[in-house]
Amino acid sequence: MAERPGWGRAYGLLLWSRIAAQVSYRRSFALDLVGQAAVVLLDLIEMLAVFHQVPVLTGFTVNDVLVMFGLASVGFALADLAVGQVDGLGEYVRTGTLDIMLVRPLPVLGQLITSDLQVRRLGRVALGLGVLAVAVTRAGVDWTPGRVLLLVLTPFCGMIIFAALWVAASSVIFFLVEGQEFVSSVTYGGNYLSRWPFSVFNLAMARLFTFVLPNAFVAYLPAVAILGHTDPTGLPGWLAWCGPLAAGWTAGLAALAWRTGLRRYVGAGG
Amino acid sequence: MAALAGAGFRRYATYRQATIAGAFTNTVFGVIKLSILLAVARQAGGTVAGYDAAALSTYTWASQGLISAVWLFAWTPIATRVRTGDIAIDLARPAHPVLVWLAEDLGRAGQALLFRFAVPMVAGGLIFGLRAPTRWLTVPLFAVSAVLAIAVSFGCRLLVNLTAFWLLDVRGVSTLYVVANNTLSGLLVPVAFFPGWASRAAYATPFPSMLQVPTDILVERHVGATAVGSLAVQAGWVVLLLAAATWMLARGTRRLVVQGG
Amino acid sequence: MEPIVDVRGLRREFTVRRSVGRLRRDRHVVRAVDGITVAIAPGECVGYIGANGAGKSTTIKILTGVLVPTAGEVRVCGLQPVRQRRELARRIGVVFGQRSQLWWDLPLADSFRLLAAIHRLPDRVWRSRLDACADLLDLGGFLATPVRQLSLGQRMRGEVTAALLHSPELLVLDEPTIGLDIVSRERLRGFLADERRRLGTTILLTTHDLPDIERLCDRILVVDQGRLVFDGDLPALAVRVGAQRVLVVDLTEPAPPLTDVPGATLLEVEAGGLRQQLAIDAGATAAAVVAQVSARVPLRDLAIREPEIEDVVARLYARPGGASPGDSPPAAPGRG
Repeated sequence: MAERPGWGRAYGLLLWSRIAAQVSYRRSFALDLVGQAAVVLLDLIEMLAVFHQVPVLTGFTVNDVLVMFGLASVGFALADLAVGQVDGLGEYVRTGTLDIMLVRPLPVLGQLITSDLQVRRLGRVALGLGVLAVAVTRAGVDWTPGRVLLLVLTPFCGMIIFAALWVAASSVIFFLVEGQEFVSSVTYGGNYLSRWPFSVFNLAMARLFTFVLPNAFVAYLPAVAILGHTDPTGLPGWLAWCGPLAAGWTAGLAALAWRTGLRRYVGAGG
Repeated sequence: MAALAGAGFRRYATYRQATIAGAFTNTVFGVIKLSILLAVARQAGGTVAGYDAAALSTYTWASQGLISAVWLFAWTPIATRVRTGDIAIDLARPAHPVLVWLAEDLGRAGQALLFRFAVPMVAGGLIFGLRAPTRWLTVPLFAVSAVLAIAVSFGCRLLVNLTAFWLLDVRGVSTLYVVANNTLSGLLVPVAFFPGWASRAAYATPFPSMLQVPTDILVERHVGATAVGSLAVQAGWVVLLLAAATWMLARGTRRLVVQGG
Repeated sequence: MEPIVDVRGLRREFTVRRSVGRLRRDRHVVRAVDGITVAIAPGECVGYIGANGAGKSTTIKILTGVLVPTAGEVRVCGLQPVRQRRELARRIGVVFGQRSQLWWDLPLADSFRLLAAIHRLPDRVWRSRLDACADLLDLGGFLATPVRQLSLGQRMRGEVTAALLHSPELLVLDEPTIGLDIVSRERLRGFLADERRRLGTTILLTTHDLPDIERLCDRILVVDQGRLVFDGDLPALAVRVGAQRVLVVDLTEPAPPLTDVPGATLLEVEAGGLRQQLAIDAGATAAAVVAQVSARVPLRDLAIREPEIEDVVARLYARPGGASPGDSPPAAPGRG
């Protein structure tokens, strides 16, 4: 009896077919890459304009904040690459395409995520890495093995946190089909918030986005640790190492939210 | 024209969920941006680039409120019509297409203003407080300025779309446009934050007229004669842009006809 | 033997909100499926007909695991559709007439490759299956064409192949022949009949196209306003709706109209009385009517015409309380 191929084959083929479909449009692909870079550029301009007016912001220099910017950008760009396709959920619900996914022997979320793969999002990852590299060099970090590890680990934790928040937020579409902008405010709003020092926000807000929605672990807390500063809002330095914990917590949230949403879609749970 | 504006208004009124969600997004982004700006102001001793905390609050909420009306993002429906050939329908109508499109856009913007301006202003006002105008002319001037801002934005967006007569894919131009206007219109930060040369360069473009000018009028950074002067500049841009668009449309149409597109 | 589809007391309700005036919203509950009980044995081919909005699509969604019933029990292939969705997906194939399961911008063959990977079918297995289907449905000519460029008939043949690629026990088709040309329809029917004969695949088919039912189905379920109003075969349905068989008699010489034959009603007189058509009334047998006629006039030849299926269904929909199939459906109860 011939051996049954594994799951990896299914997802791999699904993704490969999308890549193949896209790379064939070579000219617009280059344009798309530029478009992605443009978005990051705008965020950078905002930051630089702010630091044109003040030399430090709550104790952080422009280089410090650039490190946060870089970490958040890379984490977010990776998450966008991985699960960004879940933004199509609204349309799939409206057109009934979601039903097609329900009669296939794969998890719906898995099918959604692999329903397309925008290779151009790699542009954002590249730019984020570039900014991070420059920032980290200019900031004059006093490197220890621990800090190096944190630097490498953080974007991945950031990716998981952002990806999980993306999925959790998208679950709202099952309740409000036209509510895509709610999702955007969590995903893009979260990205916006994560690249600035949390000492600029009011304390309640800072704590909310540290202990409930763990955006602080994406860039701010790790950056503070890497740069050897102390957190003006009073959080201990070792907290920066809890990124993986935060990622796990958010992933759990996402799983719960998604399950609830999908149950709503099939009419279970009113 | 009024009828068209009304139709545009009603069409966008049906997207209720989306509108609420949009207003929510505006509020969220406003909170984050204002937090940052207030921290900057505190750092700078209470006032930064001539804006104090209250002015920054008003600037932020008015900006967030105006964004959807003024539409500072990608917008290419007319380019699509050029590509598909539907543009012929618009050209065949008795009314001039540019005016028709302007009317429709004003209708769309009116709907956006109604809800997505009010909610952020109210929410933001409750959380952060707003700067109360000290002169009675301020709000009416702001209203006029806002309408002009929408028209300026429309003019620019239309020009971007009309490049479709010459370019296969307007996405490059569109992206460039969005980057330029997001930067120079005062959306990211007030234009006054930029270094002097950049600031001056910005005011040589129509972009600040889309957002910065109306908000500056509202926070009374421009008052009296200066305010009226800004309105005149906006009006001037409207005329210039619409004239350019009309000309471009004529050239583009001729090109289409000649090519038999 | 275990039924392959076992449904008991199935109910599905939707809450529909309607905007009344500018501000108020009116809520009321719609029973899309209102107490359906039916069992389908493996190997059957069942036609599922009803007016638009009668509850067909809702039932299909419940059977395939897309929707959860409000009440009642449902088992398909021995599994609970929603709870054991993925396992069920391996054992059934579904063709949604209005929605495509193929990948739009890829060549048709790629869709099969992707589905084979999703169902984890070994290469040898699915390729030979594809070859067989391609042969019968004549797919060879357009396997390399992107799906979006296919004609509707070609696409449908692709869809059915896709649904059958993993050799499911049950095939559910929701309006598969809608909009198809005659040749494609006939081909599809032949293919489905063949599948059933060779592999014993159970088929559940919803359709407005009645020749589909005539050709393929040995059992018909009729649903009206969420309830099952008929479960039997086509002749029984004809009797039920009062569609009559027609006796056509050719006489040896012209005779006056046969208006007084018990158990029959005169329909038509042709060729001056040489040929006459009588409808056989309900309750009368053809044999008895023939005997009565031949007692009155000498017969040269006779024929019995079964009711046209269009006639049967038209009568069905024309009955009080039933809508006709051409009506636009009431706004489908939405989700959320």
